[in-house]
Amino acid sequence: MEFFFELFVNGLLTGTLYALVALGLVLVYKASEVLNFAQGAMVLIAGFMVAVLIYLGIPALAAVVLGAAVMIGMSFAVERLVLRPLVAQPIISLIMVTLGLGLFLEGVQTLASNIWPVYTIDIGIPRAPIDLGGMLILPVNVIGAVMAVILFGATGYVFLYTQTGRALRAISDDHEAALSVGVSIKRLWVIVWGAAGTIALVAGLIWGTRMSVGFSLSLLAFRAFAVVILGGLDSLVGAIVAGLLVGAAENLVAGYVDPIVGGGTKEFFPYLLMLIVLWVRPYGLFGREIIERV
Amino acid sequence: MINRECGVYKTTYQSDMAFFRVPLARSTIIVVLVLAAIVIPFVATDYWFGAIILPFVIFSIAAIGLNLLTGYCGQISLGHGAFIAVGGYTAAIAYIQGVPFLLSVFLGGLNSALIGLLFGIPSARIKGLYLAMATLAAQFALPWVISRVVPFLVPTGLAVAGGDTVYPPAIYIFGWQVETWLDRYFISLAFLVLLTIFSMNLMRSRVGRAWIAIRDHDVAASILGLDITHYKLLAFAISSFYAGIAGALLVFFYFRIAHVNEFDLGLSIRLLAMIIIGGLGSILGNFFGVAFILLLPIFLNRLLTTVGEAAGIYVSTGITSGVESLIFGTLIIIFLVVEPLGMAKLWENIKDYFRLWPFSY
Repeated sequence: MEFFFELFVNGLLTGTLYALVALGLVLVYKASEVLNFAQGAMVLIAGFMVAVLIYLGIPALAAVVLGAAVMIGMSFAVERLVLRPLVAQPIISLIMVTLGLGLFLEGVQTLASNIWPVYTIDIGIPRAPIDLGGMLILPVNVIGAVMAVILFGATGYVFLYTQTGRALRAISDDHEAALSVGVSIKRLWVIVWGAAGTIALVAGLIWGTRMSVGFSLSLLAFRAFAVVILGGLDSLVGAIVAGLLVGAAENLVAGYVDPIVGGGTKEFFPYLLMLIVLWVRPYGLFGREIIERV
Repeated sequence: MINRECGVYKTTYQSDMAFFRVPLARSTIIVVLVLAAIVIPFVATDYWFGAIILPFVIFSIAAIGLNLLTGYCGQISLGHGAFIAVGGYTAAIAYIQGVPFLLSVFLGGLNSALIGLLFGIPSARIKGLYLAMATLAAQFALPWVISRVVPFLVPTGLAVAGGDTVYPPAIYIFGWQVETWLDRYFISLAFLVLLTIFSMNLMRSRVGRAWIAIRDHDVAASILGLDITHYKLLAFAISSFYAGIAGALLVFFYFRIAHVNEFDLGLSIRLLAMIIIGGLGSILGNFFGVAFILLLPIFLNRLLTTVGEAAGIYVSTGITSGVESLIFGTLIIIFLVVEPLGMAKLWENIKDYFRLWPFSY
């Protein structure tokens, strides 16, 4: 039973990070109906950037702030150069353009890592696991979970109680109606991409501390796609629930099934879970059903 | 295709649906085939065959398959890399077990079609981005299954390191050994020509029209009485059949080894890039897209090495791969921003300009 709880709790803690990356995806999707395939690369480049800044001798806090500033600056560029020209194009062109953006960012990272060979981030989080009544838990996971809760709280607050949040809910309901009452979609796009960039930065820091700042970060963030689909593409609550669900479930499956089948189930189990849920609920757990007419 | 349509008036439905819609099209295609079958073998060297021409031919097969599914039927698949793997492994294992070559390639396609059908089942209920992500499950689950199943199917000694790598032995077709790049090229070209003609004919048929209707508006299509689940599943099956054939040819002729890492998500994404850059729903665009995606990295690599040598700097592989990925990503973005409908549309624009040229008023 102790084994079960250790797997479960650690899974949930990982799940908060999935939920965090999923939050970035859901925000972008709600505002622009684009599924951002560059999110993984954004996580990678943000984490790497902070790692390099620290490596160059800039204090950790300043490095994080600087990193966030660059990610927000990037969101302006993305809105202006990539998204605006592609308004009202088919889904697949939008998928491809974010994939292109991802390749671009990964290229930048590969190039930069040839100049500054940095693979770890050290922002002063202790590495030794904490013993919690027999369970071993990494401090970085706890900090990640706390950050996730803070960011989710902040997003929820913005969505429910501010004018920007109202505008975001409006455009996710109906683009044209929102435009007609004077909501500026261009401004909101910059905001959501900036938010997604900041979220990617946090995720990059936490994951980068846990593992290393390398290509695997970008792949790990791919699992967040399973999370958003599972929760529903346009649901913030879905992102949280599905994130925790995927985190816990994959850890439990890996813990119990891996020894029998020889490992590797973690790589695809989230997608399998997603498939099963989609079979019952085609728009994810909390996604809004799209009603179509001819 | 590459011919001008002006001056051709169609008076019957038959002529409107004909395989060659313009008299000139027949001669154009004959010229292209002659180029491919007679001129290229004389001109190309082994390096050209191995690095450019053979992959171009084989990936064209896979891209046409994906285009049938995504470009014509409107269902996005991010799992084609895995379907290619299934075809490649099936064919290689069948051949090792003593099945004749052509039959094992066919078996590869067939098995891939079955697996594609399986992963296409969710398309009965979900669509759009949700479906695209559901096919991602195939991309992550299939390589795992392959690496667990393959060791049981291959005689020990042929599968190496971890059991998921298979070497196909020397290839004989009716006693004739396939050993040179030229042989491999001709066999792959034969497959490409057959499958291209099949796909073009398919698009002129009831099935093709149904697919296009589903792509354009699936609800309307189902109201018109089309069994859309049936046609979507058919699209998944046929599309992965193409992927399977391409996979078999890749394993037999190009990689000459079956290894799951070759068929990763990157391959699925490259295939999608080929058909989107080439032009969705265009067979001609396919070839443009495949050439673009395959040639660009080679070209960039050459360019970087040359520039590096000229400047007297040693360019490490890390830097080349970084710059490659960077420029590749940028070009994809620029391309989509400039012409979201791909190279096929660019080609149409050029043709439209010259249709009335030089009297364009």
